[in-house]
Amino acid sequence: MYELINIFIRAIFIENVIFAFFLGMCSFLAVSKKIKTAFGLGLAVIFVMVLTTPLNYLILNYMLGEGALAWIHPSLASVDLTFLAFILFISTIAGAVQLVEMSVEKFVPALYASLGIFLPLITVNCSILGTSLFMQERQYTFAETAVFSLGAGVGFFLAIVLLAAIRERLRYSNVPQPLQGLGIAMIITALMGLAFLSFSGIKL
Amino acid sequence: MNEEEQLMSEEEQLTTVREEATTATPSVVPVKKREALFSKKNVQTLRDPLDDTNPVTVQVLGICSALAVTVQMKPALIMALGVTFVVAFSNLIVSMLRRTIPTRIRIIVQLIIVAMLVTIVDQLLKAYMFDISKKLSVFVGLIITNCIVMGRLEAFALAQRPWPAFLDGIGNGLGYGLILLVVAFFRELFGAGTLFGFKVVPQWAYDMGYVNNGLMVLPPAALFVIGIYIWWQRSRNQKLINVS
Repeated sequence: MYELINIFIRAIFIENVIFAFFLGMCSFLAVSKKIKTAFGLGLAVIFVMVLTTPLNYLILNYMLGEGALAWIHPSLASVDLTFLAFILFISTIAGAVQLVEMSVEKFVPALYASLGIFLPLITVNCSILGTSLFMQERQYTFAETAVFSLGAGVGFFLAIVLLAAIRERLRYSNVPQPLQGLGIAMIITALMGLAFLSFSGIKL
Repeated sequence: MNEEEQLMSEEEQLTTVREEATTATPSVVPVKKREALFSKKNVQTLRDPLDDTNPVTVQVLGICSALAVTVQMKPALIMALGVTFVVAFSNLIVSMLRRTIPTRIRIIVQLIIVAMLVTIVDQLLKAYMFDISKKLSVFVGLIITNCIVMGRLEAFALAQRPWPAFLDGIGNGLGYGLILLVVAFFRELFGAGTLFGFKVVPQWAYDMGYVNNGLMVLPPAALFVIGIYIWWQRSRNQKLINVS
């Protein structure tokens, strides 16, 4: 139990997907001009991440890994399909996002109105695939994977809402013209990254 | 995606439609002027992404990996080559299949084509350059969701003939590589005093009290370098101001 809380806190603060690994930067910079849209995208990312990472865990451990197919027939125990991981991971994510989009549109139209436009964007958000790949690289168990994906999603949510809040204030400050927009957003992200680095001193 | 480019690709789409129309009607003479392989337009397709429409600093695509693999120049170079390969060939394949792919499920089809190419790159790296492959860790796999690849497929390859699409892929890959190498140059020079692993800062400088800048090794340094690069690029090239 202690180990799980540890992974959760680490995924949010110390190994924040944005500030420590720069995953999902494209949508992070593009959709952080207003707090409201940033909030929507953040929620959608948490949702898709919690859905797809455990799904990819099951695929990896019961279909792809070395000896994973042994549950079908003992003679398949020597088969190792790990090299197919990229294709299956991304198909799972694309399929899950499409499915979520269609079901949200049908059953919760109000939610669709606020989240809908972000869902297709999320398929190509690096942080989603990145979380799955980290899960594979660090060899988490199922419970750890679930907690880790929630933590990573919350970390992304926190980062994008914070940046949006700062950028809304930025409109009133006098930034040199060539630096406006993308340039200053980069530098602010760097400063926030420095602030988040201070969490790395915490021993859990 | 910026508007100008969208307009451009729409225009090009229109011209291709028009060309089809002219070839379809038999009354018009069917002699179609073949475009030279390196005509002015094609060269421009290849060259523009290096500066005016640079994928990282102008189109805001593919920033994730541009930041994470630039601590040293060697991994940055390998990553740039990998991305160039994937963008060029996925552009080529998607452009060849552009009339066959159904619009509704095109994203999944594109992703699978890209994932196949990335798997090839990953297996090659693991076979011949294992230490670099370890250093790049998950970032090779993340080429799949590198926005440059999807962005160029959506904005260019779906509406263009294979050869220009291929050139566009090479151009964007090189434009991305340029930024990667610039950032890696500063980070490795100031962070470790080396370039491509060779010592550049002489020993006597260290003896006199020169110290490597630890900040440059940390992730945020990459953002500072790119931010300053954007500042420099836009003050040199005024028309880029306010594009994004």
